[in-house]
Amino acid sequence: MAGKRKQILFSALEPGLGLKKALEHTQTEIIDIIKLSRLRGRGGAGFPTGLKWDLAYSAKAPKKFIVCNADEGEPGTFKDRILLNEHAKKIFEGMAIAGYAVGSQEGIIYLRAEYRYLRPVLVQAIDELRKAHLLGKKILGSDFQFDIDIHLGAGAYVCGEETALIESLEGKRGEARNKPPYPTESGYMGYPTVVNNVETFCYVPYILIEGAAWFQKFGTFESTGSKLFSISGDVKKPGVYELEMGTTVRQVLNLVEASDTKAVQVGGASGICVAEKDFDKPLAFESLPPGGSIIVFNRSRDMLNVLKNFMEFFVEESCGQCTPCREGTFRLLEGVKLMEQGQCSIHYLRVLRELAETMKISSKCGLGQMAPNPFLSIIDNFKGEILARDRVTDSIPL
Amino acid sequence: MPNMLAVCINGKECEVEFGTTILEAARKMNIHIPTLCYHDDLCLSGICRICLVEVDGEKTLQAACSAPITRPLHIRTHTEKVRKARRNILELMLSNHYGECYTCFRNQNCELQKLAKEYGVDSLRFGHVELPRHTKDTSSRSIIRDMDKCILCRRCVRTCHDFQGVGALEAAFRGIDTEIQTFLDHPLGDAVCINCGQCINRCPTGALRERDRSDEVWNAIDDPQKIVVMQTAPAPRASIGEEFGLPPGTSITRKLNTALKMVGFDYVFDTNFAADLTIMEEGTELLTRLKDFIVDKKPVSLPMITSCSPGWVKYCEHYYPDYLPHLSTCKSPQQMFGSLIKTYFAQKIKVDPKNIMVVSLMPCVAKKYESDRPEMSASGFKDVDYALTSRELAQMIKETGIRVTDLEDSDFDSPLGLGSGAGLIFGATGGVMEAAIRTVYEIITGEEVPFENLNVIPVRGMDGIKEAEISFQKTKEDWKFLEGKTLRVAIAHGTANAKKIMDKVASGEAQWHFIEIMACPGGCLGGGGQPIPTNENIRKARAKAIYDEDSHLNIRKSHSNPQIQMLYNEFLDHPNSKKAHKLLHTTYTRRGKI
Ligand SMILES: Cc1cc2nc3c(=O)[nH]c(=O)nc-3n(C[C@H](O)[C@H](O)[C@H](O)COP(=O)(O)O)c2cc1C
Ligand code: SF4
Ligand code: SF4
Ligand code: SF4
Ligand code: SF4
Ligand code: FES
Repeated sequence: MAGKRKQILFSALEPGLGLKKALEHTQTEIIDIIKLSRLRGRGGAGFPTGLKWDLAYSAKAPKKFIVCNADEGEPGTFKDRILLNEHAKKIFEGMAIAGYAVGSQEGIIYLRAEYRYLRPVLVQAIDELRKAHLLGKKILGSDFQFDIDIHLGAGAYVCGEETALIESLEGKRGEARNKPPYPTESGYMGYPTVVNNVETFCYVPYILIEGAAWFQKFGTFESTGSKLFSISGDVKKPGVYELEMGTTVRQVLNLVEASDTKAVQVGGASGICVAEKDFDKPLAFESLPPGGSIIVFNRSRDMLNVLKNFMEFFVEESCGQCTPCREGTFRLLEGVKLMEQGQCSIHYLRVLRELAETMKISSKCGLGQMAPNPFLSIIDNFKGEILARDRVTDSIPL
Repeated sequence: MPNMLAVCINGKECEVEFGTTILEAARKMNIHIPTLCYHDDLCLSGICRICLVEVDGEKTLQAACSAPITRPLHIRTHTEKVRKARRNILELMLSNHYGECYTCFRNQNCELQKLAKEYGVDSLRFGHVELPRHTKDTSSRSIIRDMDKCILCRRCVRTCHDFQGVGALEAAFRGIDTEIQTFLDHPLGDAVCINCGQCINRCPTGALRERDRSDEVWNAIDDPQKIVVMQTAPAPRASIGEEFGLPPGTSITRKLNTALKMVGFDYVFDTNFAADLTIMEEGTELLTRLKDFIVDKKPVSLPMITSCSPGWVKYCEHYYPDYLPHLSTCKSPQQMFGSLIKTYFAQKIKVDPKNIMVVSLMPCVAKKYESDRPEMSASGFKDVDYALTSRELAQMIKETGIRVTDLEDSDFDSPLGLGSGAGLIFGATGGVMEAAIRTVYEIITGEEVPFENLNVIPVRGMDGIKEAEISFQKTKEDWKFLEGKTLRVAIAHGTANAKKIMDKVASGEAQWHFIEIMACPGGCLGGGGQPIPTNENIRKARAKAIYDEDSHLNIRKSHSNPQIQMLYNEFLDHPNSKKAHKLLHTTYTRRGKI
């Protein structure tokens, strides 16, 4: 049985049509359309896009910015790359519409350093859009002007976090800021800033052309539309798929012809690792938050090893600002290594579990708040396997 | 009427202004929330996460220090979640901290230690560090860095960067490898550090401290061959009591004299005397520059800028080397004093200067660097042998068992023991300016400054930058060229403010004649060698103590100090004389920015 495949982003779009429709509306009308579509951000957190735009629209400031988050740093994720490479004009059109809606004339695309080779493609798309009067001054003959700059990222995963991204744009060390104030109130250079994911922007022209009601028909009530997934791991057909929101894990596994699956990591390293018992859950913000990637592990995989890889990633990527994340990721990894060596007591495992819970609620930014996800989900969902290693002992730790 | 919001913390209700932080609201309600990376003087950072509280409707705990209140809130500060999180965070910090409290100079004055006790840390579940992992950086003449004790709160980074405008320290690497480093990890002694020590005063732990010279001073005291002379600066006298449990703003000058004698110093003199001397020398220098400029139309460097703050001097050498000619050539009072002890005083008591040790009690760690500058030995001997901070001296006194607070008062020794109120107020920002104005105005007009009780109010207070003007009427014969002219002055404290002033000087935007700059916030009373903690209220209390003392003195103008007059008669001839130039003035070095 194939997964429900509904194409939005991978269907044709007449360049400029969405923007043209947008210019027929007032700013608040566009925001209302996006709100009505219930589009949620595709960068991870699933924040309602219409609401974000409304906040930026309502902020009074002489300047505002639209930033496209193309930092795609989550391991195993390459869906934005495809959009950047093959659908750049959709992104830029979405950004221009956002600019019109919130009252901004300047867009910035923050491009992951590793994607610098895509720069010529983007530059060319921007040039063509300018020539077609879809960017620049007097867009489509109106008084609206909007242009886009490309900024290369700093090469750290945390720079994908919106406030760290803004710090990095300002030339500082990429570290998360305190929130509030949120970027919509005070972002790049202190001006109201909308930060949206590449994919989020891409849906916008479609919604303006086809209407909010059309978009709502896809997906679930709380998670409308479709979603791109980079699917990798123990599967026959890895790749980027556009699937309707609400597709279940099992449907995905069938689609990509995975067999003998033990575990599925949903949402990249920051996501959660689900076991067979949860394969019928839908990929949707209200159930399994979908992130951008799905990694499949079959029965030959050692889950402790899987966990170790994830924790190594976080130890490497923690920006080091706040105590729970800086020290906590290190202690969790250390604990995993102890488990590997059979040096971790049940008691200490409990201590680490409590630490992981603390990190989730006490870290300064999403990285530290989500870093314990794989730890907790693997320890909980694969407890049997981990305890059965007979290497987890009751000896006193350390 | 500002937008008020109802806040309920632990069941107590209160109304606060929109944007108030949770921490501020809690403090208003007398509810204590622990903090660590937060400091009253610094911008918010929100990184230690010790101040977490539970806010209804939020999934995550909120950092009270940096969470602004923008809607009515219900907050709880010690729920199970909060307690567990705090314990975990403290244990995480301690698991990466190497240090033994009983050998640490912050023992019993350490915020980390205090938190561990207050929040019930009774085990180190994540282990602890058994061996040092860093070598101490002892390259600086003033500051020792012991990064094994650093908990990465970055208060030093923010102090150095935001408060002092220097940026000598920064966070390097990421994640668990994060470290506080100088630029390119140069030893601090080679970095662009101005030795102000403000980072020490704001470090919650023992990771930063001054280079301790008390052992050398003890050795000198123990040596029967040596005459050990102590000079005490005004600012420490208004603060050292804090080390003995007195409230900020309690001046113990005369009890301290008694204690110092008991400790074993042979003579105890008053740096204020040298401050008065500085005013005579610097005031004369200013008037000479003005005359050269107005009458003789010579190219002179105006505005003239004070040079008694060694942190500021080094800042100028690094960042504004082209403006070094604007610095007064006067040595600081500490150095002038030392120079006179090794010459004038040595002759008076007929002792070979090589057997005299000059020790100074200073509010400052940059004074250590200053006293070690090679140019500070014009007499053939080092002007000042050891500069001790308020903290080091307090430690020495504690070691003797002397209870300073119980002692009788005693006076300074003669002949370098008399200082005017003008010398005394050197300890506060604006004080040098006020002292100079009191004297210069009187030299020019023959009359006292036209301010009630000689209190030149416009130059006082804690504003980062102050400006004032004073015009001269009825000038005396020699100073007719200043008739009707207005002297424009400016004052800055904290080198971030100095930078603002210097940029205005550089752009030609501002037309000042005389500028006072102190590297430390509040002036010397907020110096990097002063008792820890510090904040604006503490600094204000110390300033008040100094100004109160000034207002009660008989002699409040430097030129009226009879011992100064005697010194010029017996030894120096007149201000800016050849001899004065040799002993009391100095030169500066151009330095790079790396
Ligand atoms: C550690 C971390 C990394 C992130 N990386 C990305 C990223 O690479 N791309 C992205 O769009 N959002 C990323 N986000 C989410 C952003 O902070 C932000 O929520 C998102 O860009 C908002 O766009 P959206 O509303 O369209 O999802 C990251 C968040 C965290 C905490
Ligand atoms: S949670 Fe991690 S990445 Fe985020 S601010 Fe804290 S240390 Fe940095
Ligand atoms: S820094 Fe504080 S906790 Fe650490 S050794 Fe010193 S006193 Fe103890
Ligand atoms: S002493 Fe002053 S200049 Fe040097 S690092 Fe500390 S704060 Fe910065
Ligand atoms: S040296 Fe002190 S102030 Fe600086 S980060 Fe470390 S603990 Fe904090
Ligand atoms: S005191 Fe609030 S996070 Fe450090």
